[in-house]
Amino acid sequence: MRSVTTVIIGAGHAGLAMSRCLTERAIDHVVLERGAVANSWRTERWDSLRLLTPNWQSRLPGYSYEGDDPDGYRTMPEVVAFIDGYAEAISAPVETSTRVTRVSVDGDGYLVVTDRGEWRCRSVVLATGACNLPNVPKVADAVPAGIASLTPMNYRNPDQLAEGGVMVVGASATGVQLSEEIHRSGRPVTLAVSEHVRAPRTYRGRDIQWWMDRAGVLDERYTEVDDIVRARKVPSIQLIGTPARTTLDLNALRRLGVKLRGRLVGIVDGKAQFSGSLRNHCALADLKMNRLLDAIDDFATESGLHAESGPPTRFPPTEVDESPPLGMDLRNGEIKTIIWATGYRPDYSWLDLPVLDRKGQIVHDGGVIMQSPGAYVIGLQFLRRRKSALIDGAGSDAADLADHLESFLVGQSGPAWKLPTVSNPGVPVPSGRKVAA
Amino acid sequence: MSLTENLANNGVNVEALIGAREALSGAPEAAKFTWRATCKWMNGTHSHSVVKGFYGLGEEQNHKTAFEFDADHPEVFASEDKGATPVEYVLIGLASCLTAGIAAVAQYRGIQLRSVQASIEGKMDIQGILGIDGDVRNGFDGIRVHYDIDADATPDEIKALVAQSQKRSAVFDIVTNPTNVTVEVN
Repeated sequence: MRSVTTVIIGAGHAGLAMSRCLTERAIDHVVLERGAVANSWRTERWDSLRLLTPNWQSRLPGYSYEGDDPDGYRTMPEVVAFIDGYAEAISAPVETSTRVTRVSVDGDGYLVVTDRGEWRCRSVVLATGACNLPNVPKVADAVPAGIASLTPMNYRNPDQLAEGGVMVVGASATGVQLSEEIHRSGRPVTLAVSEHVRAPRTYRGRDIQWWMDRAGVLDERYTEVDDIVRARKVPSIQLIGTPARTTLDLNALRRLGVKLRGRLVGIVDGKAQFSGSLRNHCALADLKMNRLLDAIDDFATESGLHAESGPPTRFPPTEVDESPPLGMDLRNGEIKTIIWATGYRPDYSWLDLPVLDRKGQIVHDGGVIMQSPGAYVIGLQFLRRRKSALIDGAGSDAADLADHLESFLVGQSGPAWKLPTVSNPGVPVPSGRKVAA
Repeated sequence: MSLTENLANNGVNVEALIGAREALSGAPEAAKFTWRATCKWMNGTHSHSVVKGFYGLGEEQNHKTAFEFDADHPEVFASEDKGATPVEYVLIGLASCLTAGIAAVAQYRGIQLRSVQASIEGKMDIQGILGIDGDVRNGFDGIRVHYDIDADATPDEIKALVAQSQKRSAVFDIVTNPTNVTVEVN
C-alpha cells in the first residue's frame, strides 16, 4: 500500500486543474486515471463533435490557448492534445491505466483501492466528471424489437446507423447536433423536444460565450441563484461549434426537414407518445433566450461596448406545427434507430462513502463534501459557478477547493473553515429573473 | 430575490409555499397526495359529484366544506342540461390550474397582477364519441387558452408567467401527457 496526502481521481481537465493547485500549495498528491489523460474526451465522444466554447475560453491555471484561431472550436483530437499538453506542462503526477474500484473511510483518512494497488490518503478529490453514464429514461424498455437504441456514448457517426428513419430523443446540444448530421445523411429525423435552452452562436458580432463570460453570467456563484438544485439540472445550451459559427436551433432543424415532436412520454403497444407541451417548451426557451439577450444588451450599454458591437437583434420565435402529432408508430418500419440524447449521469458505483442523496447524487456544498471531511468533488454542473462544468470553470473551482483542502489538512482537528462568499461583480440581473438559468 | 422586498400582493402566500417545498424536499413521503371525488348517477346523463376528503402530508385531510358538482349533457343531446358537461369540467380544471399558477408565479417574481382573464376552448368532433368514425378520437382535437392579463410587468414578463405556470401545472401535465387509468367494478 502506498500513502499520499491527497488522491485525485480522474485526469481530465478538472482533475488536472486540481493537481496544479495542489502543487502550488506543496500538497503531495497523485492523480489516478482509469485510461489515458482526457479519457472521456478520447473514447466517449462522437466523431464530428467540437467543443461548444471557443478556443480562447479554455483557460486552465497557468495554461491557455496560444494558437492563431482564438474564435475556433476544438475538435476532439485537439481537446485531447490540449489536455495532454496541460498534464505535461504542469508535470501532473498521473498514474494512467489505473481504475479506482473503491473509495472508503480508513481511520481519519481514506482508502482508495484500484486495479493496480491501494492508496492511503488524508483527502480525496473526485474528478471523475458528470457524464459517465447515459441517462436513458425507463420508457426505453418499451422500444419494439428491431429498432436499434444508441446513446451519445456509443454513437460515432451516421454511417453506423441502418438506412431509414431515426428518432432522436432530447434537444439539448447533443440532440440538435446529432439530429442535424443524421438528417443530412439521408436518414429522416424525428426529434422529441423537451425543456431546452436556446441561444444564438453569435450575437452582435461576438460569440455568445464571449458575452456570457464578459458580462459575468458564467461567474455567477452557486450561492447567488435562488434555486441551485434546479440550476444544476439546466440542460446544455443548444450550441454547435463549427468553423462557420452557425446557429443550430429548432428553426434551423425544421427548415432542414427534421420533424419536431413533443417530449417522448411513453411507448405503448409499439406506439411512441409525445407530450402536447411542445409549444410551451419552445415558448419557455424563446423567452429565456430573450432575457439573456436583454441582459447582454444592458451590459453592452453600461460597459461602453454598445457602439463597437453590432446592432441588437431578436430572433424569430421557434416555429411549431399547428398540431404536432402526438403519436408515432414504431412498428411500421419507418424508424430504424432511436438515439437517447437524454443527458448523462455520474457513476459512483465505486464510491463507498455515505454521501449520496436518494437520487444517487453527491451531497456537497460547492464541492466540499460536508458529510465526509477531506473529500471533495469537482467538475459538476454549477458546482461553485455557472461555468463549473466548462473547461474554463475548472481553474477557479480548483483554486477554491484547494484552499479549503489546505485548511482542512492544516487544522484537521481545528474549527471548520468556511469559504468566503464573493459577490458577483458582473451583469446586473433584474430581481427575480435569471438571465441564463 | 429577497421576499422582504417583494411588495406585490396577489393574495398568494408564497412564503408558506416555499416553506412547504423546503420541508417536503426533506420528507418526500409527506409529498404524496391522493385526490378523490365521488360521483353518483342521478338520472339520464345527469350525475352528482362530491369532493370532500383527500390525503396528504401523511394523513387524511378535508376541504373546509364538501364541494358539489352536477354534470349533464345539454339539450341538443336530448339531455336535461342540469350541469356543465364533463368535458367542460376538464376545461375548467385546466384554466383554473393555470390561473392559480400565474398568481403564484407572479407573487414569487414580485409582479402585481391587476386582472387575469382566461377564455378556453376545446374543439371536438363528436363522430368519435358517437362511434361514427373510428379514426376520430373521443377527446379534444386540441385545446386553446387565451389570457388577458393586466399586470405591473412587461409583455415578455407576462408571457413568462404564463409559460412558467404551464410548466408547473398539474392539469396541464394531465391533459398533455398520458396517464394510466384503472377502472374496477365492485
